[in-house]
Amino acid sequence: MRYAMAMDTKKCVGCSDCVVACQTENNVPEGYCRDWIVENTAGTYPHLDLELRSERCNHCDNTPCVRTCPTGASHVIEGGIVKVTPEECIGCGACIQACPYDARYFHPDGYVDKCTFCDHRVAKGQVTACVAVCPTKSLTFGDLDDPNSEVSRLLRDRKWKVLAPEAGTKPHVFFLT
Amino acid sequence: MKEELIISGRNIPFIDPVLNIWHWQIPLYLFVGGLAAALIFFSAYFYIRGRGDELKTSVQIAPILAPIVIVIGLIALILDLRHPAYFWQLYTTIRFDSPMSWGAWTLGLIMPLSVIWPLTYMKEIREYYKNSSNMTLSIIDFVDGIINIRIIKVIIDWFTAKRYLLAWVNIILAVILGVYTGILLSAFNARPLWNTSILGPLFLTSGLSTGAAVIMWMSRSVKERIIFSRIDLLLIAVEIFFIIHLFMGFLASGSVQIEAAELFLGGEFTAIFWTGVMLIGLIIPATLETMELFGYHIPISIPAILILVGGLLFRFIMVEAGQVTRYLY
Repeated sequence: MRYAMAMDTKKCVGCSDCVVACQTENNVPEGYCRDWIVENTAGTYPHLDLELRSERCNHCDNTPCVRTCPTGASHVIEGGIVKVTPEECIGCGACIQACPYDARYFHPDGYVDKCTFCDHRVAKGQVTACVAVCPTKSLTFGDLDDPNSEVSRLLRDRKWKVLAPEAGTKPHVFFLT
Repeated sequence: MKEELIISGRNIPFIDPVLNIWHWQIPLYLFVGGLAAALIFFSAYFYIRGRGDELKTSVQIAPILAPIVIVIGLIALILDLRHPAYFWQLYTTIRFDSPMSWGAWTLGLIMPLSVIWPLTYMKEIREYYKNSSNMTLSIIDFVDGIINIRIIKVIIDWFTAKRYLLAWVNIILAVILGVYTGILLSAFNARPLWNTSILGPLFLTSGLSTGAAVIMWMSRSVKERIIFSRIDLLLIAVEIFFIIHLFMGFLASGSVQIEAAELFLGGEFTAIFWTGVMLIGLIIPATLETMELFGYHIPISIPAILILVGGLLFRFIMVEAGQVTRYLY
């Protein structure tokens, strides 16, 4: 079992529905977010390319955040999902410094918070909140170890990239281009 | 011209627009941690070399400061935690992958040992301060009163008899503590300015230099001052070598590392680093110490203060600048 997400940059319209769905589902405090939209414009005027991405924790294979955690609060659970146990977190900030994607933040209650790949929903056989609400179906969640899953199929058929591959974290959120 | 414009919808406190989660507490701790490591290192080293009576200040007197500055550092560390009530979680596990776990355990061990070391020298400390103010004397009386409690006296007497062993344990822990102040930062793969293994030796050397400066400032014997002034000169030379090494490493590396180096080579930290750290903190004190060795009379407090200010500034700049550097995608 290895959970992963494919994010289709060609379908995304940047509506931020995934952001709001996550905030609602996970009671994310006001002013914070576990996923977010990035608008990337590149090229030479007037020949510009616009790419929209819905970004979140990449649930990496090589997890610098888990490695630097002094208490073991940051850990990896079944399926490669990276999680934080609030009762073990001392709020030192080491994992925030270690993440190349700045995907973690201090919850106002003091502990470190981040995307959980909605493991509480996944355990019930549902997909994550962001995937469930996406109006253009640009987000796909599934098991990479299953060659017949939708996410495996997309990664076979489409061109894709990951963010900051040079950081060497082996991210598991893939961006279809 | 090909350009790239990235607009993020994320605006989280302390994370955006640039990471800013570590403030004054961490650099202050890195400074006092390095200073304490140096004081403990020199006391243990010269004790093992059998020069305790000759270099009184470094072996017997200056280590009094070590537990005091460690406590200041611990207070800063606790203030830095956002979930401080859970700090004891550090001591429920040992995680070899995490430098912070190493640091927490080292601090937990070195803290009591740094208190015990000066307590084994109470007689010498009383002798050394016999002409001091009444307040100093009453503090010494107070501490003497505590260690004369029977159970504590047994412990202190045991350690006094085993001072040689204590010195070896201290010297090892002091090196770990000194290196740890640099390794803490270098463990973060995501911050290119920190992610270099030279930071461990660099922070250790800088810490030892600040410790040597304190000892040389405190010492009443000309001979000891000259010895520590020479040690300090050597350490400053090594430190400058490491800093050059650091930048050469960055400039020979990938684009994010080059960008990190450019913060100091024309970027926003250029002026403060080259004048504050290099000139005021290293080159001027080294020049003054050299002049002193050639017979010019220079008040020892001037190079000592400059080195301490430079060391503190260096850590503030490194922590601040490191959080600015990142992988951009």
